[in-house]
Amino acid sequence: MSLSKDAGHLFRFAFLFVIAFAVFLVVRHFVVPKTFGEYGHYRGAAIGEIAARPLHYAGHDTCETCHADVAEAKKAGKHAGVNCEACHGPLANHAADPSIQPAHLDTAVLCIRCHAASAAKPKDFPQVDAQQHSGGLACETCHKPHSPAIQTEGAK
Amino acid sequence: MLPAAAIAWKYVLAGTPEESPNYNKSDHWWSMLIDIPKCIGCGNCVRACAAENDVPEGHFRTWVERYHVDDWHMESPQVISPDGGKEGFPAASEDSGKYFFVPKLCNHCADSPCTQVCPVGATFISPDGVVLVDQTYCLGCAYCVQACPYGCRYIHPEKRVADKCTLCYHRITQGLTTACCENCPTGARQLVDLKDPNDPIHAFLKTHHVQVLKPQMATGAKVFYNELDGSVR
Repeated sequence: MSLSKDAGHLFRFAFLFVIAFAVFLVVRHFVVPKTFGEYGHYRGAAIGEIAARPLHYAGHDTCETCHADVAEAKKAGKHAGVNCEACHGPLANHAADPSIQPAHLDTAVLCIRCHAASAAKPKDFPQVDAQQHSGGLACETCHKPHSPAIQTEGAK
Repeated sequence: MLPAAAIAWKYVLAGTPEESPNYNKSDHWWSMLIDIPKCIGCGNCVRACAAENDVPEGHFRTWVERYHVDDWHMESPQVISPDGGKEGFPAASEDSGKYFFVPKLCNHCADSPCTQVCPVGATFISPDGVVLVDQTYCLGCAYCVQACPYGCRYIHPEKRVADKCTLCYHRITQGLTTACCENCPTGARQLVDLKDPNDPIHAFLKTHHVQVLKPQMATGAKVFYNELDGSVR
């Protein structure tokens, strides 16, 4: 009898502890996102949100579903490994809605970006000093960008 | 009132954003291969990354450095990266020593220092091996920016949260390659799936001299550099 009387303050403390723990659990339930801890110490839903960001580059497979002729022209040439959007720029909006016309390209800027001569570039990469090479003549006068080797009459 | 409700309804109809249904996270372990002898320093990757990911001006998720190691200072190369190499590099005249380009990006470390220091669990390694930032959870304390030994993170100037390369997570989960790999004209950058037994990386690693950056940091870096020069830091 005297034991429980002496231990009364302990029960009161235990009761308070249980209340505090219950409050903690309730607050935690509302504050911690549902998917936190799904894969690790982070919000699992964040992965899906990042994966759902919009595309800007459609990818060459998408381009080639419509532009098979260009893909064919490129295949044999030196630019076979250069994907469409590397020169044409991001065109996911054009792929989604073909009525959106891509911007016209300027070979004077584009070709030089890769092919301007520099001692820093790998020695086996084709490089030119544009002024010396063509004297200001536009690149596409001789080289077709999709298949840049100079070709004979009638070739595309 | 009505237009706002209409817009809200459009999002209800669209549902919660989901990943590609055929994509299974546990089937992949993403990384990248960078073939230094193929890099021409055109800056296509830097521009593509900025366009794909709306990278703020003056910050970079990937950038290209040009090294010049001359014959007398093998240990202290001259490194330049004007605007991250976005607009290419000034022409190098024939000079002593050697030049080469080193494209850099997040190494998506398997044991990454940046995720270990985050106090709130806002940055993490996804089950498919990509280091990502949960920007709704990030406080912007920048511990991770300091922790990254490769300097691959920055605080987004408008959102005030940590931002970094996602390895184009929104693309690779749809079966596309990253924006930088898609736009590399010489194939110097290749997206790699180490869990895919048919990925050419396995043969490549066996037959080439491949390095990672700062191996002494034991970060488990997963961006592999072919023929990396010893002077690269």
